[in-house]
Amino acid sequence: MTLADTVSLAWGSLAHQPRRTLLIALAMSIGVGAVVVLTALGEGSRRYVLEQFASLGTHLLIVLPGRAETTGASPGVLSGQTTRDLTLADADAVTRLRGVARAAPLNVGVAQVSRGGLSREAVLLGSTADMLEIRHMRLGQGRYLPAGPSDQATPVCVLGESIRAELFGAGNALGEWVRIGDRRFRVIGILATQGQQMGFNTDETVAIPVAAAQQLFNTESLFRILVEARSRAAVPAVKESVLALLKARHDGEADVTVITQDAVLATFDRILTALTLAVAGIAAISLGVAGVLIMNVMLVSVAQRRSEIGLLKALGAPAASVRRLFLAEAGLIAVLGAVGGLILGLAASFVLGRLYPALPIAPPLWAMAAAVATALVAALLFAWLPARRAAKLDAALALARR
Amino acid sequence: MIELDRISRGFQVGDQLVQALREVSLAINAGEFVSIMGPSGSGKSTLLNLLGLLDRPNSGIYRLDGADVTGLDDAAAATVRREKIGFVFQFFHLVPRLTAAGNVALPLLLAGMAPSERKAKVARLLADVGLSARAEHLPSQLSGGQLQRIAIARAMSMNPALLLADEPTGNLDRATGREVLALLEDLNRRGTTLILVTHDQEIGARAKRHIAMEDGRVVGDTHPSPAGGGEMP
Ligand SMILES: Nc1ncnc2c1ncn2[C@@H]1O[C@H](COP(=O)(O)OP(=O)(O)O)[C@@H](O)[C@H]1O
Ligand SMILES: [Mg+2]
Repeated sequence: MTLADTVSLAWGSLAHQPRRTLLIALAMSIGVGAVVVLTALGEGSRRYVLEQFASLGTHLLIVLPGRAETTGASPGVLSGQTTRDLTLADADAVTRLRGVARAAPLNVGVAQVSRGGLSREAVLLGSTADMLEIRHMRLGQGRYLPAGPSDQATPVCVLGESIRAELFGAGNALGEWVRIGDRRFRVIGILATQGQQMGFNTDETVAIPVAAAQQLFNTESLFRILVEARSRAAVPAVKESVLALLKARHDGEADVTVITQDAVLATFDRILTALTLAVAGIAAISLGVAGVLIMNVMLVSVAQRRSEIGLLKALGAPAASVRRLFLAEAGLIAVLGAVGGLILGLAASFVLGRLYPALPIAPPLWAMAAAVATALVAALLFAWLPARRAAKLDAALALARR
Repeated sequence: MIELDRISRGFQVGDQLVQALREVSLAINAGEFVSIMGPSGSGKSTLLNLLGLLDRPNSGIYRLDGADVTGLDDAAAATVRREKIGFVFQFFHLVPRLTAAGNVALPLLLAGMAPSERKAKVARLLADVGLSARAEHLPSQLSGGQLQRIAIARAMSMNPALLLADEPTGNLDRATGREVLALLEDLNRRGTTLILVTHDQEIGARAKRHIAMEDGRVVGDTHPSPAGGGEMP
């Protein structure tokens, strides 16, 4: 029997029982559709997170004191020695390195910010003028921190939008004075509102010159140095030269860690890809359920069509042809279900995309292919038992109508 | 063409062995018209199933056209059925969702014949049984006599040398039964070996050779006309 004839014979028997066929195909569709929608969501969130990170600048390197990685010397050796702090001089030296576009030192603390009778707690960022560019922040009014030597503790500050609103309300803030800790600072700029960014809500921060922050917190050391490489390609080289420079400056002690955005990105990428796969796997279970349904319905069908099967054998169909016929029926149902499922999944993804425009929802091609393949394999696998039963049917008995 | 040598077939029913055929030996020549008669349960259908390779004996040897076909595997037996044997059943066994033409085409389709060739052949076969006008009718739209004629057209589609009919008139009224028998006799006259199981004395009498069965044994084998070729073993 040719493949075309097998398929058309199988199709005839499916078309003869349209409701049954559509019901199983629907079950398959739901499984395929679920895989498509859920992977679309997972992939959408992955891309969303990656885009968020990319918006922070993919050229970014973060230098922090101490060695996070324990390659080489054991951590016990390190903790026994005095880990050198990062200093303003270190930051200045890094700025002058080749391949570095700009670098900014960073100190972070919490302080009480007050004006007249109004007071609130704010996250205090001690940095330099370059911070604005490095963190891709936007100014609402005035200027950012003044350029100039980083060790100058000019008493000026730049307020986040929420802080300004709370302390000044509708009144003018630029040029006014606020009290931070025990010092007075003049407001020279207001940040445009931009919400959450890498763990900070910039609207809730107050920026002051790094030297002023060090005096306020009574420390000589830095929390971080943020470095922007000239290009994404320069990032690895800059990382190496920063490490080498600081090692030289710290008496040959490799006691800092440099995190690149790429590494963070790669980690998130891995986590979210794994999540998408897990979700797809769970959705694929519903395809197994649809497979069980196919098996059940086909077992009933084989019992009902005993005399037809016996007849085919009497007319010269070997067991293999009978088996192929039933597998073809299952395969056709799976194709029907897969097509329906793709339509269902794409439609649902489209609707979700409309509901959450921020998420770049698009079902990945690999997921659609995998869903269709899983549907086919599940259908054929679960149809194997009924098909085998049909193939093994005793023709004489089936034709006897006992 | 057919040689059966001490064929036995028993069925295990619960803890009891029902002996359907007991050492049946038989020789049938090509072109014969043989009727098999006997009481219900005497083993007629079992014998026909064995001849059609739908069943296997527990012991004995079956030679078809000189070749031992007793132990053929499924695929080989299917090939022999397809190429040499046609079946006609009491209950017609037409596929209800296929048209008359679709049913007649089934053996051709199983044999892998190309659709165009198939179409012409089916038209000829339907014309042979006088049902060209019914080609696109479904079985549910046809009478018993028409159904059996379509079944005969289907059985003849591969030009088998051997036609096995198990009570082909059992479900038809007398007049229609005679028409169907006339059709079968016509095929026999054109060379097909015809083996016919029946309960009907009148129809059985039309055969040239009569085999009587009882309790799994051949108890009579007569050749009323000298044209018959079979000999008692
Ligand atoms: N598949 C089977 N399983 C059990 N018993 C069977 C089977 N086929 C036939 N028999 C038994 O074998 C005997 C002969 O049956 P059968 O050949 O159908 O008789 P007939 O066609 O002459 O009426 C009967 O007793 C019947 O019950
Ligand atoms: Mg019988």
